Amino acid sequence: MSTIANAGTHSVDHHGDHGHHHESFWTKYVFSQDHKMIAKQFLITGIIMAVVAMLLSILFRIQLAWPDKEFPILEVFLGKWAEGGRINPEFFLALVTIHGTIMVFFVLTAGLSGTFANLLIPYQLGARDMASPFMNMLSYWFFFVACIIMIASFFVESGPASAGWTIYPPLSAVPKAISGSATGMTLWLISMTLFIASQVLGGTNYISTVLNMRTKGMDLWKMPLTIWALFLTAIVGLLSFPVLVSAVVLLIFDRSFGTSFYLSDLVVQGQILPNEGGSPILFQHLFWFLGHPEVYIVLMPALGLTSEVISTNSRKPIFGYHAMVYSLIGITILSFIVWGHHMFVTGMNPFLGGVFMITTLIIAVPSAVKVFNYLATLWRGNIRFTPAMLFAIGMVSFFISGGLTGIYLGNSALDISLHDTYFVVAHFHLVMGSASIFGMLCGVYHWFPKLFGRMMNEKLGYLHFWLTFIGAYLVFFPMHFMGIDGVPRRYYAFTEFPFMEKWISVNVFVTWAAIVAAVGQLAFIWNFFSSIWSGKRATQNPWGSNTLEWTTPVEHIHGNWPGEIPTVYRWPYDYSKPGHHEDFIPQTVPFSETMSSNLPHDFEGNAEAERIQREWELANNNPQTEKETE
Amino acid sequence: MGFIKNSNLKIVFLLTLVISISLPVTVAFAQQADTSSQVTDTAATVGDVAVPADTSAASDTTAVATDSVAATSSVGATPTATTQEEGKVSLDPQVYTNFFYYLLIVFLVCVLVAVVGKIVQVYELTRRMNGRDTTYYLYNLHANLFLVCLVVGLYGVYWSYAHHGAQSMRDAATEHGVRIDTMFMITTVITTIVLVLTHIGLFGFAFKYRATPSRKAYFYPHNNTIEKVWTIVPAVVLTVLVLFGFFTWRSITNVSEEDQKNALHIEVIGEQFAWTVRYPGRDGQIGERNYRLTTPLNSLGIDFNDKTAWDDQLGGEIVLPVNKPVRVQISSKDILHSFYIPDFRVQMNAVPGMKTYFQFTPTVTTEEMRDKLGDYNYNFVMLCAKICGGGHYNMQKTVRVVTEEEYQAWLNEQPYFFTEDLRKEFQASQVSSEEEVAEKKLLANAN
Repeated sequence: MSTIANAGTHSVDHHGDHGHHHESFWTKYVFSQDHKMIAKQFLITGIIMAVVAMLLSILFRIQLAWPDKEFPILEVFLGKWAEGGRINPEFFLALVTIHGTIMVFFVLTAGLSGTFANLLIPYQLGARDMASPFMNMLSYWFFFVACIIMIASFFVESGPASAGWTIYPPLSAVPKAISGSATGMTLWLISMTLFIASQVLGGTNYISTVLNMRTKGMDLWKMPLTIWALFLTAIVGLLSFPVLVSAVVLLIFDRSFGTSFYLSDLVVQGQILPNEGGSPILFQHLFWFLGHPEVYIVLMPALGLTSEVISTNSRKPIFGYHAMVYSLIGITILSFIVWGHHMFVTGMNPFLGGVFMITTLIIAVPSAVKVFNYLATLWRGNIRFTPAMLFAIGMVSFFISGGLTGIYLGNSALDISLHDTYFVVAHFHLVMGSASIFGMLCGVYHWFPKLFGRMMNEKLGYLHFWLTFIGAYLVFFPMHFMGIDGVPRRYYAFTEFPFMEKWISVNVFVTWAAIVAAVGQLAFIWNFFSSIWSGKRATQNPWGSNTLEWTTPVEHIHGNWPGEIPTVYRWPYDYSKPGHHEDFIPQTVPFSETMSSNLPHDFEGNAEAERIQREWELANNNPQTEKETE
Repeated sequence: MGFIKNSNLKIVFLLTLVISISLPVTVAFAQQADTSSQVTDTAATVGDVAVPADTSAASDTTAVATDSVAATSSVGATPTATTQEEGKVSLDPQVYTNFFYYLLIVFLVCVLVAVVGKIVQVYELTRRMNGRDTTYYLYNLHANLFLVCLVVGLYGVYWSYAHHGAQSMRDAATEHGVRIDTMFMITTVITTIVLVLTHIGLFGFAFKYRATPSRKAYFYPHNNTIEKVWTIVPAVVLTVLVLFGFFTWRSITNVSEEDQKNALHIEVIGEQFAWTVRYPGRDGQIGERNYRLTTPLNSLGIDFNDKTAWDDQLGGEIVLPVNKPVRVQISSKDILHSFYIPDFRVQMNAVPGMKTYFQFTPTVTTEEMRDKLGDYNYNFVMLCAKICGGGHYNMQKTVRVVTEEEYQAWLNEQPYFFTEDLRKEFQASQVSSEEEVAEKKLLANAN
């Protein structure tokens, strides 16, 4: 099937006429249909949104650390939301809500897989562009409008949505209950609907590109793990995001048209509401049917990117390529049947809780396999500590430490006392927040030469890594213990309960760690934007990498490759192959050019090729068996 | 390589110089300034000092941003935009000065980093001139840093467990809580072992297998035996945890009908931002509620047609007899709340339109807990764990576990819901509803 499709793309012969496109500023930079430009658009928008969300988090961290102190300067920036220099409790919730929403959806979903799926799928598969470039452009612009609307919700009178990023009704449905559930919530819902449209457009495109537009020789088992991860992510997204649309649409009905899907028996501040017969639990089911796969939508691209970076920079093939793919597939499938673990104590049937606990803990097995395979890849490698590699190692560390606490929370019995506490905050900030953002940063450092044709500054990258890595641990590790003590999340201040007072000093420490780590991001921001224009010029293959994107010219051209699309002959991980003079063999090098390093299993049972290899070895007096025992 | 070019560096130094000269002036100014602010005239004195003063008058946020930029570029800031008498926020100019200082600190740190960057660059240049490598020494540095990170990190984990862990673990005060704690400990031991071992591997390999120019990595694409081992071992460990967890969970949530009947039933109802506790009275049964019957007097909407509601009592706090099973019926008037008692390892959401339950047996009285902790003000506390609005962070109820006698004594003092006023209201509604019924009958007959 793929060969037929490829024959098609080859014959179209895009590459001959790229000189004829006279692109104006608008078609080149704004309404671009080129996957490379769209990737950059996603990335830069994602970075800007990340900075916004990070600043929001600093604001609420300040409140948590110094609940009794006034910061008059805040009033200058926030006006009535921080009257007298103290953040208002409802605005605190708004900060938490929008921080979560932006980070999860706008940064780690769109910013991460939007950037790297767009950049890498055509590049690493040997395609001229995405299957549907126009849809691809729409995907970005839906996302962009969603971003604008989400930010705009800060400028409405009643404030942005403040029911938590999970927007559980009835709180999100009844404006009387919290002011953020008025116009702010409406904007949130509109923004998310647009965002989902963007994800569906993007996801359809990624899947069809991966399935139909691989170059000659690129069968599924020769795809780099990045592509596997992005492909499976797109599948998860395509299957789960529409469910969130249904949740959101029903919520819009409840809010605006008087239906009762989620509402029943409400007496809000003395007023009896007419809604009857709905169930808030229904929303939770719909939300988490997306919400949990969403975690893997966020995480899997990061796993894919780090696989590639760790392998390249250890100069070793990724250990257990097939196991890595199967564990990704396992995670993909399991991610759809574990959503109930967010609802153990929300009033869901307790028996169902037991079932969800079993499926949830099973998902730890493929995750464990991935971790061990990463470690085995590092073992006896020749590790180059590029900034990308540091972030990849950091990602593995967060994936372990955050993943392990998942074993507590996935256990319904332990979840009784840990549910909705800081333990949960610590858990998902490590495993999904930090791990994913590290995967994303690792990708940015690694593929920056491919994105912009220049190198980022290494030293600043090192500084950025250490500040962020240590900062993230200092911020999130202590939170576990607050959670064990029973401090619930989304608390405006720890001042009202005697047992929480001991944590206020810890909060001060955490906030300082967060501020230092946030300032540390300046190293990245500066490095990123200044390197776009004044970084050192990149060479074609700066990391000595095997994958196809490094066979394209540094200067971006329409259609990616100036001539024929290269043909692929081998898997992407032939690093440090014994018998070869270099420590990498790109995918485009045929086995006939590497007779000295070919191994029996390279030929996948092709008798003719094996015969030729044997003859060559006899002729060169270099039997294969000797090499393997070396 | 240079992220700050020479010319840039000069500008940076010049700026720092200018700013550091202007600092004493600013401080002096800030000391003079009184709280009433609006010091528009002094704004024109020195360029930099203008910033704190004029922004204090202008309340919009952009002014701060632009002016601080103007300050760093040390051009005489324009004090023309001062007299925008919006007057909504009038702040002590000290506030702006402080803010400016914070920005300055960040800026100075950036300058410092730039300077260090320059020094590193020079150092690398000398290395290159001496014919030494400029790449692998950095790899060595990071390999060593990872080792340091491993050692310090492991110590940090130990320290956290010892200090924060001790601070956060209190013995469970319920029967099932003890079982949960055992599970918690087993899980902690297993995960800690995995955490430590994998990190020794991760950082240890990073330390040991740093790149050297002479070595080539070991080509090792897969090993099915090893892969099977580390698929099966976690699977087995998790199976054990799953089974253990599953049975613990079932034993907590799957309470037999008989045990349900034998328990003391109480109801806890959440609303923004308070809890109401309802005791069943002598009949041991909690009366039904109907939210449509909510009136200012009958704020819970108790349906007094249900006679079991007549002797229901209002608890000012949650008081429970020790060693007696309690079945809490949880509900909410308005939005989601969560009934959470950390010491009891009890949590269940309060869902409007739906009853949820949690059955547990407290085993430690408040007095005993106080003795154990040596804290004579200690109280068990019930709090809200589900985001519910501005007052979410302070929605609490004291929980007191006492002996059976103390419990009875306390209970006798608790007021009934069905007060004199409510009785009247109820009777009035009875009459009117009877009339309604009669009317309906008439209508039906007429039809």
